[in-house]
Amino acid sequence: MKFGIAVFPGTWSDRDCKHAVELAGHEAVMLWHKDRDLKGSDCVILPGGFSYGDYLRAGAVARFAPLMESVTEFASAGGLVWGICNGFQILCEAHLLPGALTRNSSLEFRCAPTWLRVETGDNAFTAGCARGEVLQIPVSHGEGRYVADEETLDMLEREQRVAFRYVRRDGSVVEGDTPNGSMHDIAGIVNERRNVLGMMPHPERACEPLLGSSDGMQLFSSVAKAVSGNGVMPVAAVS
Amino acid sequence: MTFAVEVVVVLKPVVNDPQGLVVRDGLHRLGFPGVRSVRVGKHLELEVEGDDEAEVRAQVEAMCEQLLRNTVIEDSRIGSVSTLSGKAL
Repeated sequence: MKFGIAVFPGTWSDRDCKHAVELAGHEAVMLWHKDRDLKGSDCVILPGGFSYGDYLRAGAVARFAPLMESVTEFASAGGLVWGICNGFQILCEAHLLPGALTRNSSLEFRCAPTWLRVETGDNAFTAGCARGEVLQIPVSHGEGRYVADEETLDMLEREQRVAFRYVRRDGSVVEGDTPNGSMHDIAGIVNERRNVLGMMPHPERACEPLLGSSDGMQLFSSVAKAVSGNGVMPVAAVS
Repeated sequence: MTFAVEVVVVLKPVVNDPQGLVVRDGLHRLGFPGVRSVRVGKHLELEVEGDDEAEVRAQVEAMCEQLLRNTVIEDSRIGSVSTLSGKAL
C-alpha cells in the first residue's frame, strides 16, 4: 500500500515516517505542501515538526496549505488521515478533530519514552492491537496538553473515540501522570467516522529495536491490513 | 483609509494557563504578594484598509474567528482602533 507523507516547511519527522513505512514493506510518497496531488495515497500522514515555525499557534498556518485542502477532502470522503504530533495539532486547528493542544503543563519540552494503552480497536490504526495493550512509543513536544470542554470530553469517552491514553509501564492509569497534563490522560483521538487519528506520541520513532521499541510498527501494519482488506474496516480485537 | 487596530488574544478563563501561574509565582518571589492571578496572552497590531471604523472592526472580528484566535481555547477582544495619517507606513 501507499502512505503519503506531508512535508510542510518546518516538518521534521517526514524522513522518519518514510523510514518506518519502508521498514514495514510499504511505499512512501512525499507530499509537498504547495501541491494538491495526494499521488494515490491510501493513507496520508501529517508528520511531526514545527510547520511554518509554529507561528501564531502550532498547526494554525499549515491548515491553509494547498495540500490541506486535498487532505480535508480526502478525509471527508473517508480516506485515512494520520496526524502525529504537529500533525495532531494541525488536525485540531483544521477542525478535523475536536479540542486543542496547548503548552505542556510543565512548560517544558518533553522528549521521553511513554506508555500508551490502546483504548479502542475499532479503527484502521489500532485494529491490529488488542484493546488494553500497552505500547511503548516516545513523545517529543512542547505543546501536547490535550484540552476540550466537558461536553466534548464526555462525547469522546461515550463514543469510545479516545484511541490512546498515557499509562504507567504496567498499564495502570495514574490520573494526571502524563508528559503534558492532557485532560483525561488523552494521547490520541479519532474522529466520528474513525478514519482520522491524531496522536502526540511518535510511532515512527518506535519502529526497530535499535530505537528501544518496535511497538509503533503495529500501527503501520494495522493500517496496511485495513487497506488491503478492500476497505472493509477490520473488527476490533478485544482482549 | 488605514486604521491601526490592536487585538488581544487570551486563553479562555476555563483553560489552565501554566505560563501565567509561573509568572504569578515569580512575581510573588520578587516581593509582589498581592498578585492574585496572571494570564498570559498575545497582543497583535494590525494595519487595515477600510472605509470607516465600523467596517474595519467587522473585518477584524471575522479575522479573529477565522485565524487570530483558536475558538476552542481562546477569547479575543479588539483594543484601540485609530486612523493612520499618510499613506506610507
